[in-house]
Amino acid sequence: MSTPVITASALTKTYGDFTAVDGIDFEVAPGESFGLLGPNGAGKSTTMRMVGAVSTRTSGSLSILGLDPNNHGPDIRSQLGVVPQQDNLDQELRVRDNLLVYGRYFGLPRAVVAERADALLEFAQLTDRKKAKVDDLSGGMKRRLTIARALINEPRILLLDEPTTGLDPQARHILWDRLFRLKEQGTTLVLTTHYMDEAEQLCDRLVVVDKGRIMAEGSPASLIREYSSREVLEVRFGSDKNAEAAERMAGVGERLEVLPDRILVYSENGEAALEAVTHLGLEPITSLVRRSSLEDVFLRLTGRSLIE
Amino acid sequence: MSAASLPAAATTAEVALQPRRSALYAGNTGAVIHRGLLATRSTNYLVVLSGFFEPVFYLLSLGIGFGALVGTVQTSTGQEVPYAAFIAPALLAVSAMNGAVYDSTWNVFFKLNYSKLYQGMLTTSLGPLDVALGEIFLALLRGAMYALGFMVIMQAFGLNLAWTALLALPAVLLIAFGFASLGMAITSYMKTFQQIEWVTFIMLPMFLFSATFYQITVYPEAIQWVIQALPLWHGVELVRGLTTGALSPMMFVHVGYYLVMIAIGVVFTTSRLRALFLK
Amino acid sequence: MTALDQTQRPDAARAIAAGAAPRRWGSWYIAEHRIRAMKGYAGDAIFQSLGNPLIYLFALGVGLASLVPQGVGDVTYLQFVAPALMATAAMTVTANETSYPVMMGFKWNPIFFGMNASPITGAQIVNGMMIHIALRVIVTVSIYFGVIVLFGAVPSSWGWLAIGAATLTGMAIGVVIATYTSTITEDRGQMAMLQRFGITPLFLFSGTFFPLEQLPIFLQPIGWVSPLWHGTELGRVATYGLDEPVWLTVTHVGYLATLFVVGLWATRKHFTKRLNK
Repeated sequence: MSTPVITASALTKTYGDFTAVDGIDFEVAPGESFGLLGPNGAGKSTTMRMVGAVSTRTSGSLSILGLDPNNHGPDIRSQLGVVPQQDNLDQELRVRDNLLVYGRYFGLPRAVVAERADALLEFAQLTDRKKAKVDDLSGGMKRRLTIARALINEPRILLLDEPTTGLDPQARHILWDRLFRLKEQGTTLVLTTHYMDEAEQLCDRLVVVDKGRIMAEGSPASLIREYSSREVLEVRFGSDKNAEAAERMAGVGERLEVLPDRILVYSENGEAALEAVTHLGLEPITSLVRRSSLEDVFLRLTGRSLIE
Repeated sequence: MSAASLPAAATTAEVALQPRRSALYAGNTGAVIHRGLLATRSTNYLVVLSGFFEPVFYLLSLGIGFGALVGTVQTSTGQEVPYAAFIAPALLAVSAMNGAVYDSTWNVFFKLNYSKLYQGMLTTSLGPLDVALGEIFLALLRGAMYALGFMVIMQAFGLNLAWTALLALPAVLLIAFGFASLGMAITSYMKTFQQIEWVTFIMLPMFLFSATFYQITVYPEAIQWVIQALPLWHGVELVRGLTTGALSPMMFVHVGYYLVMIAIGVVFTTSRLRALFLK
Repeated sequence: MTALDQTQRPDAARAIAAGAAPRRWGSWYIAEHRIRAMKGYAGDAIFQSLGNPLIYLFALGVGLASLVPQGVGDVTYLQFVAPALMATAAMTVTANETSYPVMMGFKWNPIFFGMNASPITGAQIVNGMMIHIALRVIVTVSIYFGVIVLFGAVPSSWGWLAIGAATLTGMAIGVVIATYTSTITEDRGQMAMLQRFGITPLFLFSGTFFPLEQLPIFLQPIGWVSPLWHGTELGRVATYGLDEPVWLTVTHVGYLATLFVVGLWATRKHFTKRLNK
């Protein structure tokens, strides 16, 4: 691996008695797309703010592009693009003016900023809205504008905190497509998400975090291989009968997971597992065979769902 | 419904709108008022209370500090009164105006455009007139409390010069009613907060020029006519006449002015609310 | 510095080079932003900076003055009140710019966090805002000064120094307000309270409409601690040579300058702390 652009070791952040980030270690290589997957409150956003050099760590060490954010905040931030969880576009400015103003914060000459702003509006598919008020944009447009703004300084590393939370499915796909293009161009992406499909789509490598700690690390495929079976059978018997059915199903598949509304059967062959269930004389109301996902990995590691 | 069954307190506007009354008015203004009173529970009482202090500060500063430079002044009816007794009734009228305008512009604008409160209300059996009257009543209630407090202060400073000062209380409510109903109608046309700031800006000269701090006779006649056409001057003159005990037939003109203003405001607001929400 | 700090790395060196300009000029970039954002309300701002002095001078200089034909001290009432109105106008501008906009930048339109994600620091955000506000105040106060000269309210040829006095007054009050507003996290009507128990009493009890000595003794201390009183008296020294001991004039300047420096320092501290979550 070439020299990492981000190195964190024993990175910790506490607020009073509360430990938001509890001694985590990770490295991000240049050009890599790295994800932090975990539920709300896992410490992902705090980690992102520390990496973004706007939040001072409590202990541990952190190096971004070889620099310590405690001493080199502005220098590090000159190389970052940041897409925060909550959009913080300037609503008093129009779409294009938001980019112009932001570019100036990096000390870029006006002509350079103007040229990049037009190219980025094109990239964000907002050229025809460039004179619009920020308030009049849809949620997906605002998010694309925020990404365009984050790219105005041609950053080495793009930080995205929950990039598609709150967007409708269509807007999410448009956004994923844009982020995929950036990845192809070699931009280093660091993103947090609590959507497993997003992590699977965008991340080369990810860490699963819960309660401020890293639970597992690897590529989406290797995590699924390691912590789950190839397929999953989901069966429902009705909420008051699931527990009883699960007892009788002991031994079916490699592992069972009983959730309030359904039972998950982990197995290399889902159809075979379903056959085994019906052989036991059980008649599920509904059944579904699907491939394992990161959701299953998270469930295995923490005993909880990603979205609660 | 026949006119005989109208509630005794029916306003001119209600009578005027009677033919279409069922769609406009469900006779349930009480529900709107009840909601408003519940909502005030969650507001910061200190902020509500602070509104009372504003005219008191003006009275202390101008009445005492500036008054020491001035001594006595002559009212429009020719009476010589201490400067504090001259401005106190004006401040009373101004605070009624300010309270009513604040409630009917900023507050109503927020409810119209952001909290969508009226939209929710009008999907029930409530009619626009219920909503308009309810909101106006709440504005008046607040205004009445401020006015009562201020009149106690005036009494303590010996600035109520005659028993007719008691009548200043209903007079102040009349003034607040006028501004609240018209203010609400105007607010229904506003699109941005900046436009409301203009209302504040336009009220500044009215506040300063309407015989509040000095007689309007210092101005050329043409300007005096303009001032006399504006509502605040009528309010100031009416209240001042009552607290100083200088009754005059002009008072009927002042009261009439506000009655017309209220009628126009209520009719206007109701029809705007209907146009906005009951398309 | 930690062992991980490798400033010699090429990408580190590039970052340090790119950070140089924002470190040096960041405050001005923010000022530029705020001025650009004014496009939306420039018309209103200009109209109001012209309209306000005309209305107040007409109301007070002509109206109230008619009640005080003897004037105040050696000057007419208009001459007495004009520098006070100028300082008040400065206060109004800075109070507006440091109340809602500061709270908004952290809360409803959280642009400060956006700025801070770039190389800009919290202290630079404050500096930049203050540069912009100072420019707005200077323009407003200069217009005001022009109007009062036309009204014949500036007998002294040193009168233009009142522009500086009013600007300093406005800025001193502005940073004090920003020190407070930068700590507000929940809107519980603090702005209305600030207006009613801060700005309005300052306006009314700072020797603006009448000499402070006219007030009962228990109200006079409001004036002594009021930056508006110090600023107004300073303006009077400039516009008509108000007769006061030199030490008092020095005190006015010193008090306002101290408030400004301390307020700026505290606001920068609050911003830095709040942005570093």
